[in-house]
Amino acid sequence: MIQTDILIIGAGPCGLFTVFEAGLLKLKCHLVDVLPNIGGQLSEIYPKKPIYDIPGYPSILAGDLIHNLMEQIAPFKPGFTLGEKAEKIEKTGEKEYTLTTNKGTVIQAPVIMIAGGLGVFTPRKPPIEGLEKFEDCGVDYMVKDPEKYRNKNILIAGGGDSALDWTIELSSIAASTTLIHRRTSFRGALDSVDKVMELAKAGKVNLITEAQAVGVNGDDTLESITIKQKEKGNIDINTNYFIPLFGLTPKLGPIAEWGLNLDRSAIEVDTKDYSTNVSGIYAIGDINTYEGKLKLILCGFHEGTMAVQSAFKYIYPDQKLSFKYTTVTGIEGL
Amino acid sequence: MEEANIHITVKDREGKEQKLEAPTDMNLNLMEVFKSYDLPVEGTCGGMALCASCHCYVHSSHELPQASDDEEDMLDQAFYVEDNSRLSCQLKIQKSLDGLKVELAPVSE
Repeated sequence: MIQTDILIIGAGPCGLFTVFEAGLLKLKCHLVDVLPNIGGQLSEIYPKKPIYDIPGYPSILAGDLIHNLMEQIAPFKPGFTLGEKAEKIEKTGEKEYTLTTNKGTVIQAPVIMIAGGLGVFTPRKPPIEGLEKFEDCGVDYMVKDPEKYRNKNILIAGGGDSALDWTIELSSIAASTTLIHRRTSFRGALDSVDKVMELAKAGKVNLITEAQAVGVNGDDTLESITIKQKEKGNIDINTNYFIPLFGLTPKLGPIAEWGLNLDRSAIEVDTKDYSTNVSGIYAIGDINTYEGKLKLILCGFHEGTMAVQSAFKYIYPDQKLSFKYTTVTGIEGL
Repeated sequence: MEEANIHITVKDREGKEQKLEAPTDMNLNLMEVFKSYDLPVEGTCGGMALCASCHCYVHSSHELPQASDDEEDMLDQAFYVEDNSRLSCQLKIQKSLDGLKVELAPVSE
């Protein structure tokens, strides 16, 4: 079991900077994020995009901002649990919360700070009727163990890097590999596109473009996928597995079940200290809402800063907290 | 100032039509106009053609700027995509869009 002072849910910019502000108050932090990498939206959605409204940086790439934040918080040695979803929060003591992840990791802290951005990044599921019925018996939204597909018929849908890369890799072990895509051109890396074209020419991949999956068929297990091709119309393709790879999209997820006051998928907070309706739980960054809320990284930094001051008083009500400037004391001097 | 505004008709996901008025001199895009009218459009990425949550169909025959590679790439990850699909964040509000007729695309789950 992991014990910390502040448990931060979400390792995006806001969660990361909060480690710094907490560190100045000698509060230790542990971060949990469903994504395998730190950075949240900045790493997952737009790592190569410049951001223009970070004070002191006329322009900075989202990926670089995350890199810099990691450097900034390194002295405070935060803990990380990555690739795991914060699933359940229980109040296990007067000032003690116990969080359990979907993989069974248990973390205890007096304070929880939810910096969950837009929620949990989850695979985009194509809106095909009955798809869910086959989720354990033929439909996979990600490839975990390639061996599963050895000597099986597979059908991959999508046009990005993961669709192309898995088509290339799995075509060498699967009995048959079909790739379907909405357009004739692909957005993936050029050499992956070339490789898939080669495999298609050699008859190792059945490439069907200008097509979308529209139906799933089978009794207990998946038997075939109905695709709609622009010219040929509906075609049934027999397959053991259907692997739709359409990227990740954020969903609120388990946060909705933690007893917090919500307003349209955002957590209501008191702007005095960004506390929620549950004492000891704060919400900062894109996940919270209040009158005049702006979803800016800049504002998230402010919210985290205010929240840790309040968290300190909550954890140590009898200790006097005197605010110190880092320009006077440095970051180790406190 | 009245002449700086254009009118757009949007059909929401319940099939209800609504007339929107949008200024051409504020560097807005269509997604932002939807949001200002509280239409149920997420605009998760803030208008960078990176999330497809502002996906719409264009029903009028207005001549629109061609979709960029980024926009097409993102539409690859969207569902219910048709030939007239666009990401509304990539449509800049300008005079030539006056009278545009659009429909919000369905969202999955």
